[in-house]
Amino acid sequence: MFDFSIVTQWFDALLRETLGLGDFLSILIECVLVGVIVLTAYAVIAMILIFMERKVCAYFQCRLGPMRVGYWGLMQVLADVLKMLIKEIFFVDKADKFLYLVAPLLVIIGSVGAFCFLPWNNGATILDFNVGVFLLTAVSSIGVVGIFLAGWGSNNKYSVVSAMRGAVQMISYEMSLCLCLITAVILTGTMQMSGIVEAQTGPFKWLIIQGHIPAFIAFIIFLIAGNAEANRGPFDMAEAESELTAGHHTEYSGMGFGFFYLAEFLNLFIISGIAATVFLGGWAPLNIGIEAFDTWMNYIPGIVWFMVKAFGIVWLLMWVKWTFPRLRIDQILKLEWKYLMPMGLINLVLMTVFVALGLYIK
Amino acid sequence: MVFTKMEENKTYFGELGHGIKTLAVGMKTTWKEYFKDFFTNKSTEQYPENRKTTLHVSARHRGRLAFKRDENGAYKCTACTLCEKACPNGTIKITSHMAEEPETGKKKKVLDDYQYDLGDCMFCQLCTNACNFDAIEFTNDFENAVFDRSKLVLHLDKEQYQGGSLPNLLDGGAEWQVGKFNTKTK
Repeated sequence: MFDFSIVTQWFDALLRETLGLGDFLSILIECVLVGVIVLTAYAVIAMILIFMERKVCAYFQCRLGPMRVGYWGLMQVLADVLKMLIKEIFFVDKADKFLYLVAPLLVIIGSVGAFCFLPWNNGATILDFNVGVFLLTAVSSIGVVGIFLAGWGSNNKYSVVSAMRGAVQMISYEMSLCLCLITAVILTGTMQMSGIVEAQTGPFKWLIIQGHIPAFIAFIIFLIAGNAEANRGPFDMAEAESELTAGHHTEYSGMGFGFFYLAEFLNLFIISGIAATVFLGGWAPLNIGIEAFDTWMNYIPGIVWFMVKAFGIVWLLMWVKWTFPRLRIDQILKLEWKYLMPMGLINLVLMTVFVALGLYIK
Repeated sequence: MVFTKMEENKTYFGELGHGIKTLAVGMKTTWKEYFKDFFTNKSTEQYPENRKTTLHVSARHRGRLAFKRDENGAYKCTACTLCEKACPNGTIKITSHMAEEPETGKKKKVLDDYQYDLGDCMFCQLCTNACNFDAIEFTNDFENAVFDRSKLVLHLDKEQYQGGSLPNLLDGGAEWQVGKFNTKTK
């Protein structure tokens, strides 16, 4: 597999040795560059996702979706983004101005922060701590605070109701989300993102194959909880267009709303990306132990593998979203506390037993 | 909370199994809708492109009010004003005078003007329901946009309504078929 760290190390050497810049300057330049790349990728992926959502939704409902702007409606999202950028940002009367301003930033910080943990390629993980998965769940939880503050700060009763619902839902489902990740960590033996993917390279090493039954159960629970965590699909109770207008971001316009919108779609991608990384091997290619097949598969770049897997899961979640009706709050909490959480716990024990007895594919 | 009897009888795992089963049925249904004739299985139309070829507008769609006329162009309206009274918006204004019929010598109402304001109409069909003489009907002629408000005020007894801006629209246009719309033809 191509190791992207060759490129990063070459660039680091270029700055430090060839150009002779000091520690501070070279790290500053690298940080700015990585930041720009991350934000660009973030925006571009959000646009792709918005377009994909509209098309996939349309095809599920026997429609064509956007068709007018550009060929096959390809320019539609660009037009929408442009519109969003030039809209006026205004404040609501008696809104808590500070919280109102901070909320979309918190949401986008949580989302971008979690986005940085995704392993794009061999050696191309931006944040690669040894407590990776653990920190990832912590960083992504900042979004809940943003949603709660947005509801509280907007001086709108719909927003407050939505914020309450959102907080209840997201805090509840974080439990099963983490339990599933821990289940995976038991098998991989590391929390580091690159290590998790490393553990899944080789024939039949994708976690969902390697850990078969408990890994599959964890994968399903992770997708359900992740869908709820991203406030989407049958769990879009916090937004609930029909009852709460747009929920917590009712009172936002322009880029304030844009940030919520971006974060919502990117959270979907992040959930899919984590699922692809932890259970489907991230950038690890499909290997089946036959030499010829494996070498050909290894020629496909890691980022292609990662993107295909992530967008495959995105499509899966969209399929779920456009199939099921929205759940009530008692149904959402019942699903989490009565079914998903106990199942996650039992599954954790099951995985531990499997690993202890060596029942997984070695 | 209200539970149906079926739900009450289910055990924890029974409910779980039932839930998974019904969810799978739903997923299967949408899967079929998505992949069955992927490019043609569409129930929407691309309207301005297909308006003269494959456009279908149901014959019972209420586009505008029109007089029913026989082959000589004669209408059946007797100026009884039942439609005017039935109209909640005051869309219809009928003026008439009493005149003596030459053959029988009886006095009878004669219609002077049947004014119908399309801009005020809410297409509730109360007027056609109220009509005792089968004189008026709603047609599916829906392309009614004009540049001036006054052009929306129609005089149904005086106009020679030929029916529709589009070919055979009044019969409903093209056959209604899911997935057969040619979206590219003008």
